[in-house]
Amino acid sequence: MGLFSDIAELFGQFDVLGAFWMNIKLTFRAGVMALGVGAILAVMRVSPAPSLQWAGAAYVNIVRNTPLTLIIYACSLGLWGQLQVVLVRNEAGRVSIEQNTFWLAVLGLAAYTAAFVCESLRSGVNTVPVGQAEAARAIGLGFGQSMRMVILPQAFRGAIAPLGNTLIALTKNSTVAQAAGVVQAASVMRQMIEFRPDIIVAIFFIIALGFVVIVLPIGLITTTLSRRLGVAR
Amino acid sequence: MSSVLFDAPGPRARRRIRILNVVGALVVLGVLAWVVVGLARQEQFTADKWLPFVRPGEENIWTDYLLLGLWNTLRAAAVSIITSLVFGLAFGLGRLSNLAPVRWICGIVVEFFRSVPVLIMMIFFWLLFATSVPFVPSGESPFLAVVCGLTLYNGSVIAELVRSGVHNLPKGQREAALAIGLTHGRSRRVIELPQALISMMPSLVSQLVVILKDTALGAIITYSELLRSAQISATFFQNFIPALLVVAVVYIIVNFLLTTLAGRLARRLDRRTAGGARTAGTIPGAAPDLHSASVPDAGPRR
Repeated sequence: MGLFSDIAELFGQFDVLGAFWMNIKLTFRAGVMALGVGAILAVMRVSPAPSLQWAGAAYVNIVRNTPLTLIIYACSLGLWGQLQVVLVRNEAGRVSIEQNTFWLAVLGLAAYTAAFVCESLRSGVNTVPVGQAEAARAIGLGFGQSMRMVILPQAFRGAIAPLGNTLIALTKNSTVAQAAGVVQAASVMRQMIEFRPDIIVAIFFIIALGFVVIVLPIGLITTTLSRRLGVAR
Repeated sequence: MSSVLFDAPGPRARRRIRILNVVGALVVLGVLAWVVVGLARQEQFTADKWLPFVRPGEENIWTDYLLLGLWNTLRAAAVSIITSLVFGLAFGLGRLSNLAPVRWICGIVVEFFRSVPVLIMMIFFWLLFATSVPFVPSGESPFLAVVCGLTLYNGSVIAELVRSGVHNLPKGQREAALAIGLTHGRSRRVIELPQALISMMPSLVSQLVVILKDTALGAIITYSELLRSAQISATFFQNFIPALLVVAVVYIIVNFLLTTLAGRLARRLDRRTAGGARTAGTIPGAAPDLHSASVPDAGPRR
């Protein structure tokens, strides 16, 4: 019984649920931002203009080959520490360090994830066979019509599974906000272990199971969705 | 150039594309110029910030910091690659075992470590080795923590690669092996596994990129790899942003070489296996995250 009462005591002292809520907030905000930027990048990469294709490809290849930790450091220590970039101010016009750090971490996560969102969307477009486009033109649909009614619906369905994987990875990557100093699950785990090093394994499993509980449903939902909505070929 | 999205352009479309091209180029150059001017305004391009890289003085930024850091990065990556391969092979074969309990246990272990963030594992092992394990030399606990965290996560991903590599082989391979009198075990070892290993080679190489990138998480747990050495050197030379840019370029070059290698391998090995050589991004259900970058040039196979 000793272990359980110890754990209950830890939960009373440390805001474990609040920490996970911070991870979810980071994931949600960065996810929305990454979806927007990633969609723009994907349009650039599939557009017929070589300059836009090149710029999109350059962004994706550069960001994908850079460690996320480096990007988060660049946002927190670089943008804020060196360049004093302020993303949010409170109503009084003053800078809240906590808020600003949060948004800098979101910015870093979104910039990193956008490259993978772009590739997911592009791979969705790639699942559509050329014959579909040719058939659409053959029955007399114009560019807009064939996009709207034939190509894009199939492309979005093909992108569900890779986008789901991207979301799962983003959820796990939200712990890297630790590098910017955002207090979330990783930091709370560290505080708890430093407070009670004798039950370190139990603490690790609690935090790890928290992530399993968040990540598993996302995986199940996206797999089901991509099976349900997927185009049978 | 007829693609799914666009027909071959006629004269009018070609003119429009040309205009779009110029406008796009101007916008991209504008954004780049905005960033460069912004950095220059903040005096990030002054000579004293960049001189340490080209003309090292008493304190040499390359030999005293960055190369030592790169060595630590490569050392941790190399060790983790070997240990994750061993882990991945063991658990991948375990998931294919004929004994149901072995399959379940390996499945639970693999799924668990795939869904726990690597940083969480690293922090756990770091504090575990530092406080509770007596025989670990005190300076080595960050290194061991990095290796353990990377091994458990990437080993699990590789285990999935092994499993899906075997599953993707045509059924006839196994049936033929059984028909000529091989046992199940021998069919796995002699017929299926060698082909599965060849077909997973490209995704394996892109997983190496993931391992190399994730060693940078070690900076958070005080492992002196490339990123952390750059950070430390920057406090000495007062050039944080230039140091970060240089380090980013080093990472990008190393990873880009690995990615190119993966694309080449995918094309060369495709012929040598009945399963088809695939890259991580194209295997449904395997290597399930944005960490495992798919190889850009290989494209999906239909």
